[in-house]
Amino acid sequence: MTRESAVEPRRPASWWQAVAGLALLALLAGGLVTSTERWTRERIEGNQSLQTLRQLNRVLPPDLYDNDLHVDRIELLAPQVLGSREPLPAWRARLDGRPSAAVLTVVAPNGYNGPISMLVALRPDGRIIGVRVTGHKETPGIGDAIEDTRSDWILGFSGRSLQQPPEHRWRLTVDGGDIDHISGASMSSRTITSALRRTLVYFAANQEQIFAAPAMPGTTDAGPAP
Amino acid sequence: MNTPGYRDIVGAGLWWNNPGMAQLLGLCPLLAVSRSLVTGLALGLATLAVVAATNVLVSATRRLVHPHVRLPAYVLVIASFVTTVDLLFQAIWFDLYLRIGLFIPLIVTNCAILGRAEAFASRHPVMPSLVDGLAQGTGFALLLVAMGSVREVVGQRSLLADAQLLFGPGAGDWGIHLGEGGLLLATLPPGAFIVLALFVAGRNALLARRRPGRAPASSGAASESTSP
Repeated sequence: MTRESAVEPRRPASWWQAVAGLALLALLAGGLVTSTERWTRERIEGNQSLQTLRQLNRVLPPDLYDNDLHVDRIELLAPQVLGSREPLPAWRARLDGRPSAAVLTVVAPNGYNGPISMLVALRPDGRIIGVRVTGHKETPGIGDAIEDTRSDWILGFSGRSLQQPPEHRWRLTVDGGDIDHISGASMSSRTITSALRRTLVYFAANQEQIFAAPAMPGTTDAGPAP
Repeated sequence: MNTPGYRDIVGAGLWWNNPGMAQLLGLCPLLAVSRSLVTGLALGLATLAVVAATNVLVSATRRLVHPHVRLPAYVLVIASFVTTVDLLFQAIWFDLYLRIGLFIPLIVTNCAILGRAEAFASRHPVMPSLVDGLAQGTGFALLLVAMGSVREVVGQRSLLADAQLLFGPGAGDWGIHLGEGGLLLATLPPGAFIVLALFVAGRNALLARRRPGRAPASSGAASESTSP
C-alpha cells in the first residue's frame, strides 16, 4: 500500500516508543469501547427482552397469560425433535397460576437453504395456538412464503393438533396428506410440517415436565434473527 | 506531502476517487446491504461515522505511532470504532440492527477505511483528515443509497420501505409502493454485482466523454486493490 515513503517529520526512534504509542492507542480505544458498553448496556438489554416479548406475542395472544414470560422461561434439549444440538428456550404461559400455554423454539432442519427456526405456541390440550417463522434463509420471493408477512400459509397450522388431522394425513397434499403445500417451496413447507408433528408428539409426552421444570430466567435472548 | 485543499478532498471522496466506484473497495458490505434504500443508508451512515472517526484518531496520533506498528494500530482503532457503532445501533436502532446487524462488524473488513488511514490520515493534519473521512464516507454512503434505491425499485417494486426502522415510528408511511412482483434477480447477490457494474460503467462513460481520447481516470486506483 505504501508507495510514497511514509509520513511526516520526527518519527519516534526506538522500540519502546513504538510499544508506548501502541499501548496508548490501545488504552484510548479500550476506554472508548468500555464506556460505550456501560452507557448502552441497559438499553440494549431492554431492547432485547422487548424483542423477545414481541416475538412471543406474535404466537401467543397477551390475554392468554398473566405471568412474566421472561421469568418463566426454561431451556429444552431434544435434538431429534427440536432440531438443535443446543438447548433451546421455551416459555411457560400461565393464567391465575395454571398452565395456559407453552411457547417452544423449534428448528425445522431441512429447509431448501438450511434450517428454519420457529416459535410454536401450544395449549395444554395439545392444540397449536400459533406458529411463526423467526429465521430462515429460503429463497426470497419463493420460499419466504413461510413468513406470515408474505403469505397466510403458516397461519393454517393454528388449531391443528395430533388428531387434526390424524397421523397418516399429517403431511402435505402433494404427499397425500391434508396440509397445503407452498407451490415452488415444497421442501420448506415439508420440513416445517414434519417438525411441527414431531413437536406435538414431544409436547404430549413431556408436557408435565415442561410446566414443572424450575425456571431459568435472567438471560435475555436476542431473539432469533428475523 | 502537501495537503490538498478541502475542495479537492471532497471531490475525490464523492466522485474522482470514490471508494466504491473508483477504488472498488468495501465491496463486501456494499453488495450485501444495498438491497434496499433504508438498509443501504443505515450501513452507509455507520461506515461514514467509522471512517471519519478513524481518520481523526489516526491523524491525531500519527506522530506517536511508529511506522512498524502502524497497521495493527489502525486495525485497533477501526475495530474499536466499529464496536462502538455496533453497540450504539443496538441501543438506538434495534429493529434495524436485527436486519443489518450481521454486517456492522464487517465494516472492520472494509478496506476503504484502512486505505484512508494509511493513504491520507497518517500523512495529514486532523482537520483535512476529518474532511477526507467525511467525504469518503459520504461518497460510499451515497453509492449505497443509490444502489439500494435501484435494487429496491427493481427487485421489490417499492422505495423507502421500512423507513420507520431508521427514522422512528412516524416514518412508517414514507414508503412508496409501486406494485406487486419485482425482479427477484435484483435482490439477490448477482443483482448487486450487476447494479454496481452499471454504476461503474456509467461513471466511466461520463469520464470518457468529459475527456475524450483518454481512458477513464479510475483505472490506476482500481487496479491497486480488489480485496473486499
